[in-house]
Amino acid sequence: MSRLIGVLLAMLAIVLIAAGSIKPSKLAPAASPQKAVQSLFDSVKNRDWRRAYDFVAPASNIDQGAFYRDLNGKDGSLRTYSSLQDFNTKVLRESENEALVRAKLTWSTAVGAFYESRDLKVVQDGGSWRVLWTVEKQPNLPPQVIPVNYLRWDIIRRGAEDDWGAQNAETPKVRILSMNPVERDGNTIIMGEVVNEDTVPAFISVTATLVGKDGSTIAEETSFDKTSHVLLPKEVSPYRIDFPKIKLSQVKSVKFGQPMSLLVPASADPVIGVLHQRIEKDASGHPVLRGELINQSGQTVNIPHVLATFYDDSGKVIWVSDGYVDKALLPQIPLPFAVELRDDLAGQVQNYRVTVNNYSVDRS
Amino acid sequence: MKYLANSRNSLLRRLADMAIILAMCWFAAYAARAAELKVPQQVSAGEGFKITTSGSGSETFYLVGPAHVAKREVKLGEPIEIAGEEVRAAGRYVAQLGKGDDAARAVFYVIAGKPANINFLARPSRVAAAKSGAISGVAFVFDQFSNAVLAPTPVNFNLAVEGGAPVTRTVKTQNGIAWTRMDSGRKAGAAQFVASVGDTSVRRVVEQVASDACNLRLKAQRKDDVVIVETDPVRDCAGNAVPDGTIVTFTQVDAQGRSTVDARVKRGIARAELPPSDGATISVAAGVVIGNEVRIGGGR
Repeated sequence: MSRLIGVLLAMLAIVLIAAGSIKPSKLAPAASPQKAVQSLFDSVKNRDWRRAYDFVAPASNIDQGAFYRDLNGKDGSLRTYSSLQDFNTKVLRESENEALVRAKLTWSTAVGAFYESRDLKVVQDGGSWRVLWTVEKQPNLPPQVIPVNYLRWDIIRRGAEDDWGAQNAETPKVRILSMNPVERDGNTIIMGEVVNEDTVPAFISVTATLVGKDGSTIAEETSFDKTSHVLLPKEVSPYRIDFPKIKLSQVKSVKFGQPMSLLVPASADPVIGVLHQRIEKDASGHPVLRGELINQSGQTVNIPHVLATFYDDSGKVIWVSDGYVDKALLPQIPLPFAVELRDDLAGQVQNYRVTVNNYSVDRS
Repeated sequence: MKYLANSRNSLLRRLADMAIILAMCWFAAYAARAAELKVPQQVSAGEGFKITTSGSGSETFYLVGPAHVAKREVKLGEPIEIAGEEVRAAGRYVAQLGKGDDAARAVFYVIAGKPANINFLARPSRVAAAKSGAISGVAFVFDQFSNAVLAPTPVNFNLAVEGGAPVTRTVKTQNGIAWTRMDSGRKAGAAQFVASVGDTSVRRVVEQVASDACNLRLKAQRKDDVVIVETDPVRDCAGNAVPDGTIVTFTQVDAQGRSTVDARVKRGIARAELPPSDGATISVAAGVVIGNEVRIGGGR
């Protein structure tokens, strides 16, 4: 009898151990289209890609790797340095077997918050709702050699053994072309354009100081990333300097010294074309400047940064807007971009100009 | 009485001895004070010379200069040899025999020797061609011991670019410095800016670069599924080719929107590919200079 009890206890122990080692499936069927989208993005937020993929409908016809690359980025793009911080969903339409859900995503990236809106088709699949995930098909460039022989500037500086009269290489001459102070949403904003007038590349930084009615300095700011810092010869860049929570009426004058410029080694490539620029309304009805970037060189640009300058009918710079593109710009393959334009300025814009900053991981 | 006479004689003898000793001491002191130094008014840096002395015996000699101090025993009446390396630094020197209030002192000045070195500041290192008064040169003239040559010295400034006529100017130094201002030449290239004094010269390079583009012109042609735009050779108003790497912006405006390419000048020409279009206007600009416009798809 005691032997039987022993055997039973041993069997019970084995059953309990087995039960404990088996993980229950976390995937509870999504009872609604919105729940399916929310569960998917909850998993993305937790970087649980396998679980997120479980909410993708088999009809999507993508493998988990493609799904992962679509959400987590590739080619050293900005998305590869991002994580989903927040999202909210809204059902746009719903039928018995199909629904359209808009997901507004906020990504936390290396350059600040990045906002994305996706309209997702959700389908009924075997009693639960799943997302029909579509990956934008990106054309592949056939393997080839793209010869590039663009100029590169290197610098030999004055050595310690040179006599004190020996001259150093001159810093580049840059000039502020225009400056327009405005007040937007209670913030003072200084914007305009700067040109590298020299024949060598320049690293520039534009700084403005606001002087109050009593002659004291209110604030000093630089254009930070609202400008192209490396300007090639004769290159024109916009700049925008934001002074948060300072009203223009508080400002007596703006001190605007010669922009800082440094002689830096630089390369003349990549050449990036900005095609089919046009001002349109986005899904929320706000004006945006859209277009496509095309990298005419042979090297991947990991993080493209688009700067748009908007002019009124007198040619005055009335707004400078920028936006990062979260996909890498591959050679010869067009990449769409969109930068926001303020609603109140859309009517005044008569002209615009787009320039592109580029950040490449394997290039100094 | 006799005793008194003897003691008086003895006293007088002692007084006479004392007087003789005092006289000898006075003479010795006088002789020592009489040691004199004769120095030249002016000496060239690095050149040895002699200081004559008077008197007899020996004495300690001191030489105190702006960058050198010497002390040695000398025989009075014989000249003191001053080596060239003791007077390399220009300035005021004090020669002294003995010490205290009775020491003999003489002051002399060492002036810079012949011009042997030039420190030449040429600014800027890079300048646009054909700019008036854009190049400055400042020459500081020194002797071989790095003393500033303060005597007015003519300095020749020569600015020449290969294939162009050189510009020469002679300027006399003031307080050891000569300066000039020159126009940059019309021809781009590495200008040799030379400052020379006698056989000594220093060369600097002033890069004369092309100014803004002038008469910027583009042409466009369709090829396969793109529009190829290309400038004529981009030159400034003096005919110098703008440097490679200069940004030239091509802008195409059509019904599909606006397309821009910031092309780089390569071998004097900027070239870019724009998307195919019917009825587009294409313009070109470099910096603040605007070129011509062409229309494609609707005749030029």
